[in-house]
Amino acid sequence: MEEKAYLYWLMRAEFLGAVSIRKIYEYFQSFSGIFNIEERALERAGILKERQVRQLVEWKSRYPVCLEEYRKLSDQGISFVAMTEDAYPRRLLSIYDYPAGLFVRGSLPQEGPAVAVVGARGCSASGEQLAEEFARVLASNGVGIVSGLALGIDGAAHKGALEAGGNTYGILGCGVNICYPPANYRLYQEMTGHGAVISEFPPDARPLARHFPMRNRIISGLADAVLVVEAREKSGSLITAELGLEQGREIFAVPGRVTDHLSRGCNFLIQQGAHMAVSPEDILEYLGIRYQKKLVVSEKNIKRLAKKEKMVYICLDFTPKHLDEILRETRLPVSECMAVLLELELGGYVYRTANHYYGKRI
Amino acid sequence: MFSKVNSGGLRGIEGYLVQVEADVSRGLPGFHMVGYLSGQVREAQDRVRTAMRNAGFALPSMKVTLNLSPADIRKEGTGFDLPIAMAVLAAYGVVGKHSLAGTAMIGELGLDGTVKPVRGILPMVLALEEQGIRRCFLPADNLEEGMVVRKMEVLGATSLQQVVSCVADSSGSRKGKNRTEQVREEPQEYGVDFKEVNGQLLMRRATEVAVAGQHNILYMGPPGSGKSMVARRVPTIMPSMTFQEQMEVTKVHSICGMLPPGRALVQNRPFRSPHHSVSPVALAGGGRVPVPGEISLATRGVLFLDELPEFQKGTLELLRQPLEEHRIVISRVHGSYEFPAHFMVVAAMNPCPCGYFPDRSRCQCTQDQVQRYLNRISGPLLERIDLCVEAAPVTYGEMRETADNESSGKIRARVEEARRIQKERFADSGIFFNSEMNAGDIRRYCVLGAEEEAFLKKAYRKMQMSARGCNKILKVARTIADLAGEPKILCSHLSEAMGYRELGGKYWKRR
Repeated sequence: MEEKAYLYWLMRAEFLGAVSIRKIYEYFQSFSGIFNIEERALERAGILKERQVRQLVEWKSRYPVCLEEYRKLSDQGISFVAMTEDAYPRRLLSIYDYPAGLFVRGSLPQEGPAVAVVGARGCSASGEQLAEEFARVLASNGVGIVSGLALGIDGAAHKGALEAGGNTYGILGCGVNICYPPANYRLYQEMTGHGAVISEFPPDARPLARHFPMRNRIISGLADAVLVVEAREKSGSLITAELGLEQGREIFAVPGRVTDHLSRGCNFLIQQGAHMAVSPEDILEYLGIRYQKKLVVSEKNIKRLAKKEKMVYICLDFTPKHLDEILRETRLPVSECMAVLLELELGGYVYRTANHYYGKRI
Repeated sequence: MFSKVNSGGLRGIEGYLVQVEADVSRGLPGFHMVGYLSGQVREAQDRVRTAMRNAGFALPSMKVTLNLSPADIRKEGTGFDLPIAMAVLAAYGVVGKHSLAGTAMIGELGLDGTVKPVRGILPMVLALEEQGIRRCFLPADNLEEGMVVRKMEVLGATSLQQVVSCVADSSGSRKGKNRTEQVREEPQEYGVDFKEVNGQLLMRRATEVAVAGQHNILYMGPPGSGKSMVARRVPTIMPSMTFQEQMEVTKVHSICGMLPPGRALVQNRPFRSPHHSVSPVALAGGGRVPVPGEISLATRGVLFLDELPEFQKGTLELLRQPLEEHRIVISRVHGSYEFPAHFMVVAAMNPCPCGYFPDRSRCQCTQDQVQRYLNRISGPLLERIDLCVEAAPVTYGEMRETADNESSGKIRARVEEARRIQKERFADSGIFFNSEMNAGDIRRYCVLGAEEEAFLKKAYRKMQMSARGCNKILKVARTIADLAGEPKILCSHLSEAMGYRELGGKYWKRR
């Protein structure tokens, strides 16, 4: 497929954006044509600026290098999917500035439903739990989870989906052969088997700050709906939501307390008309998926707990509390309270965020 | 004529006997000093000659030769002024030679003949006692310190004239009585007490456990949550020092010239809180002539490292060896010096650069920033910290509360009991505290029942513990059991110990 090698050559050119590539392709109807056409014809097309045309002509000298790189892609386990191919996600073609090609490790999302789960990197512990739980439930009902492999909410969403054995797609702001942030290496590895890591940037592209807003449009573009779990005002997650809206995706937001900085973005979205996502079933309903049982985000069943365990559990909240607060409320001695909490933790009722902060597990 | 006066020198933390020999003979007038002397000692000749003249001893010009023996150890300090002066006077025949036998002298001279205090009196006098000397002139200001030594008759020297007149007849000088018995009874007074700490139940309890087993402890928490306040009160719940311990601590303080005025022995457990800009030498000890550093000054007490991540990495790495061996050896050109370093580390830190993590409503640090902040602390040091607690932010109600909290004295009583149990248990094994147990000791002393074994096994898997982490939990659980007076470690002890485990990968992911 020489044609795709020419596309690769075009995508390696940093001075060309996704829209430009699409437009000149539509004009010339082939990628090799763009390579072989004379400078004058490019100018006459009127799509590229004069400077870009000049740069493109110069860029032709790099073709042999690009061809070499292109041939090596499959050795690295990376597949390159052009927009002209059937494998290219149909959903993505519906957005205005879809990338001309995608670099993929793993397998691209199929026709089935997909939801983008996004949120703050510096999220709260309960936000992380929520994202995980939403992703877990959605994924176990066959919904693909799309996110950005960032720290915080993104990572939690991927984790939840993987735990449920579902497919999850991480859209990177760097080459797919680079794991950024490195802290998510395990997720990155697992994801290639259950879903994919996807990027529009050629391999070895560094995680530059400007790449990240660009990849956001792919996150929302690959999904049917966008779920925002925790977001501050003026955050990247809101940008993703906005992009999703432009692309005609449905927006869901998990509401939070008015005073919470991390919920301001979500509450703002709801105010603007986004769906309120109180539980995963709200999204399943929108997607038209019949779900098995009543899924409610709430506490665990505590009937089987011992008296003291119940007492401590009732004191807890979804937002973690310091042990001292629990001690004050229960009036138990330190050692006893710690023993009860450990029992609850081992039983999966309670989680610890930092060393001595305890919260209810969802 | 030849004469000889005994004196004492310092080498590291130990004193040694120095004999100051003087000879006066005919020849070219002069003052010659030999015996491997440092600059400080060499300067003595000017002080001594002027002081003798000003004290009214007009001596004819003759050739004076002085030797400080043993001549192969480098002499430091200013304490040789007085013995040099006396040796010269004896050599001139002003003082009777026989009256100097069996007597030692230590002191610095002023130009007018007054005797000034010097450092390191206690170790020197101890060394002299060992050498069989039974009478000793000390600067009057150092008298208290010298009195600690049992078999020594210590006499206070105020001026050169007074010493000369008293050598033969000691009735005129202020005599120090041997007061070691009284000294021990003086009560500990720290000026702070656990009574003043409101709330912070967790920190209180963890501190009690840490002190009982001499475990190192780390407090984490937002600014102003009382980490330093609790740390400052750690010495108040430690059992009072034994006489040997007091001597050890006093020696170190004496060498550094840090004895409180008017005090013979250091009775309070030391509490050292070096600033985080401390240099490696200041912390561990050193210098051209090695002097003890903060870790030696903290011996038998607490070394408080506030703002732990702000310390330079290299500086903290120095703690590793002393924490294992309870001593530090410093090698220099003149030889190696050993200082005690038997301290308990109490460290405090904020969990992130702004201090409020994990309270996300106040902390705006990124995960990366938090991680980078935490990673400043080296793993090997963390491994030596057995307990890790988080300080809760203090509420207004707690802050203003006036109700009586448990006092240091009550907590100390429980700690003492737990330490007694440990002492009995380790009677013949060469260790004293649970924290000192090695893997073999743990197997021997931390035996678990079937139920406890199953519990630990379950937790080990669920919490992804490491073998080292598990050993730490066993050691702390042993201490908790000792505090409870239980001969066997129970599940509740284990679970509490797990609560103090070093953050179970929540903060430091690599564990």
